[in-house]
Amino acid sequence: MATAARKSGGAASKSAKGTTRRTTRNTPSLSKDEEFQAYRDMLLIRRFEEKSGQMYGMGLIGGFCHLYIGQEAVVVGMQMASKDGDQVITGYRDHGHMLATGMDPKGVLAELTGRKGGYSKGKGGSMHMFSKEKHFYGGHGIVGAQVPLGTGIAFASRYRGEDSVCLTYFGDGAANQGQVYESFNMAALWKLPVVYVIENNRYAMGTSVSRAAAQTDFSRRGLSFNIPGEQVDGMDIRAVKEAGERAIEHARSGEGPFILEMLTYRYRGHSMSDPAKYRTKDEVTRMREEQDPIEQVRRRLLGEWEVPEKDLKEVDSEIRKIVNEAADFATNDPEPDPSELWTDILH
Amino acid sequence: MPIDVLMPALSPTMEQGKLAKWLKKEGDSVKPGDVLAEIETDKATMEVEAVDEGTLARILIGDDTDNVAVNTPIAIIAEEGEDVDEAARAGPKESAPQGGSSQEAELAEEESSGSASGSDSAAPAAPAVARSANAYDASDEVPEGTEMVDTTIREALRDAMAEEMRRDEKVFVMGEEVAEYQGAYKVTQNLLQEFGERRVVDTPITEHGFAGLGVGAAFSGLRPVVEFMTFNFAMQAIDQIINSAAKTLYMSGGQLGCPIVFRGPNGAASRVAAQHSHDYAAWYSNVPGLSVVMPYTAADAKGLLKSAIRDPNPVIFLENEVLYGQSFPVPKLDDFTVPIGKARVHRKGDDVTIVSFGIGMTYAIKAAEELAREGIEAEIIDLRTIRPMDSDTVIASVMKTGRCVAVEEGFPQSGVTAEIATRIMEQAFDYLDAPVARVTGKDVPMPYAANLEKLALPNVAEVVQAAKAVCYK
Repeated sequence: MATAARKSGGAASKSAKGTTRRTTRNTPSLSKDEEFQAYRDMLLIRRFEEKSGQMYGMGLIGGFCHLYIGQEAVVVGMQMASKDGDQVITGYRDHGHMLATGMDPKGVLAELTGRKGGYSKGKGGSMHMFSKEKHFYGGHGIVGAQVPLGTGIAFASRYRGEDSVCLTYFGDGAANQGQVYESFNMAALWKLPVVYVIENNRYAMGTSVSRAAAQTDFSRRGLSFNIPGEQVDGMDIRAVKEAGERAIEHARSGEGPFILEMLTYRYRGHSMSDPAKYRTKDEVTRMREEQDPIEQVRRRLLGEWEVPEKDLKEVDSEIRKIVNEAADFATNDPEPDPSELWTDILH
Repeated sequence: MPIDVLMPALSPTMEQGKLAKWLKKEGDSVKPGDVLAEIETDKATMEVEAVDEGTLARILIGDDTDNVAVNTPIAIIAEEGEDVDEAARAGPKESAPQGGSSQEAELAEEESSGSASGSDSAAPAAPAVARSANAYDASDEVPEGTEMVDTTIREALRDAMAEEMRRDEKVFVMGEEVAEYQGAYKVTQNLLQEFGERRVVDTPITEHGFAGLGVGAAFSGLRPVVEFMTFNFAMQAIDQIINSAAKTLYMSGGQLGCPIVFRGPNGAASRVAAQHSHDYAAWYSNVPGLSVVMPYTAADAKGLLKSAIRDPNPVIFLENEVLYGQSFPVPKLDDFTVPIGKARVHRKGDDVTIVSFGIGMTYAIKAAEELAREGIEAEIIDLRTIRPMDSDTVIASVMKTGRCVAVEEGFPQSGVTAEIATRIMEQAFDYLDAPVARVTGKDVPMPYAANLEKLALPNVAEVVQAAKAVCYK
């Protein structure tokens, strides 16, 4: 594999305005079933996050709450490219990753409301959930901390002689952290099975990439460690899945780490209390109208695949039901017993 | 059933806000993600998005309304197939506060908090630890008649790691210069030769990264022993130690443990100045989720390191460069372990209790010898583990002697000896015949000059003086 960063087959390119533009040239395709599954999985995240936002507004969710709306294609596409046993670890914008790895929406939402039935018994909250069963290692609240952790999970896989790959997600903000490069160095040195997925949603909290990064092409951030990288249109699930498959295969085959920079966009503010005044309304509206990851799939299903609209409506109402049930559970489940204050400090 | 759109909060502390303007009007169809209205607080303007699909049947609170309480219904959406006029006529489900007063806002907040447990209800008491005024008896750790072999602390630590690596394939050692160089202080001597480079891993000089990598490997079920060349350098990694290793078990509701040992020399060595002389015992002992061990003898070093490697929790294992070459008798046993969290009575005495740990013990022991010559019999307690602290053994001794001197090389403020003094005051106040005295490192960055360095560290004379003072002699 060449060490130079390259752009994946026509997936994303930058226009003169600096916005990403999807091209159809050489765009990989999904089967009808895959499109359908992707639609469903992304819609679950979207509706779940909208519900979380609403429940936050009602005071049912406290503290910090970072929504994944707009970025759904990244984690859903990567999950389609991975296989059972591959691990996932990410930062604090993590609800989408939990749902995509198959964690129960009820348990996730009940953790957001700080209830007994939450994945962490209400003791972790939005940024701190884990599921060993689903190979999901969190959910970490310190920017960049998950990068050495994910590298260590990959180290453990190789140590045990397993062929799993750890998908280690972080944002464009975390990509400037020192520990990221310490991890890149060790991962490349020891050829660890890790894929670094940089979710570049253009803003580290309120600071745009160009104001925080000397090298804004994050796919090139591994060059000095000979880690290959690609920029991917993270709004197009087909591009994500295809690039994900190549990157994961590279890592699984013993070639070492791979960097995927996902060009994506979050529609909401950094967290619930962020009015997002650092970008124009136009920018958000344009992304939503022109590049929405779910709408792209929906259009293909209705057009190319000639799926009747009522089939999609059925998915919509199925998802709505799942999310409403989760919300009911998360609202009515009791808070953790006071005795839980003292448990789980040490094994 | 028609859906009420409620006035949202922008943060957990917001009670009311201004409904600035509606971007949709009655009769408009809406879908999830559509911006319905803008609301303002003194801090920011935010958009209210629809979560449901349907028709905006009725706007309950108009543009430019101030002081709308959080959770007040502001509009009604008729779902697809519902009669819009009917929904509009029906009104909101509950009569809710309009233009909310602060009292109403509070009400809304209370309702929304969902569950009944009041925020000011008392916390339950900490679970009772086995509370006995009985001292732990460490003499049971070594069966009578066991052959003792003089061993340096350096060798004892190496033997502990080697034995645990033979016992458990999941145990591996990583750190700077641990493999080919045989350890910066030769503590990992011959481990590479016996276990190979898969299990004895030289790292780049990147503490933050390799400590985090170790924590990730531990999450995944391995048992890493991470060596820091000194704990001074672990400052680069302290976020991973505290935020990732110590807290994740709790934050995961007990799902994800972190069986890892961070070990290496800690505290002052000799003439290495402030950046290489810091004693971190008090720092780590402040953190729930960590165990902190700081042995003095070679036997304790070996037995505690073996226990630390087997422990399912993160353990901070603080060694001392000055002690590495010192020899102590170590029991010749196939599998000698010392429990974490238990102190050891190093010397028996009735007149005054001296509590210390790690290299602090060297001052305590010499002071006790000097005191004995003057007719004062000191009882020395070696804490061995700083967290969890074996208060029982200390308290039992203080109940006997009525006097206590606590000794450490670390700084005085919020130091380990400050904790010891507090516990004695809390648990044995009535038994004290004198206030607890402390002998600590001086409250200055460690100087380089030989004479100043000596002045900055505790010394035997200070311990003797403190012991006499609490004995009123």
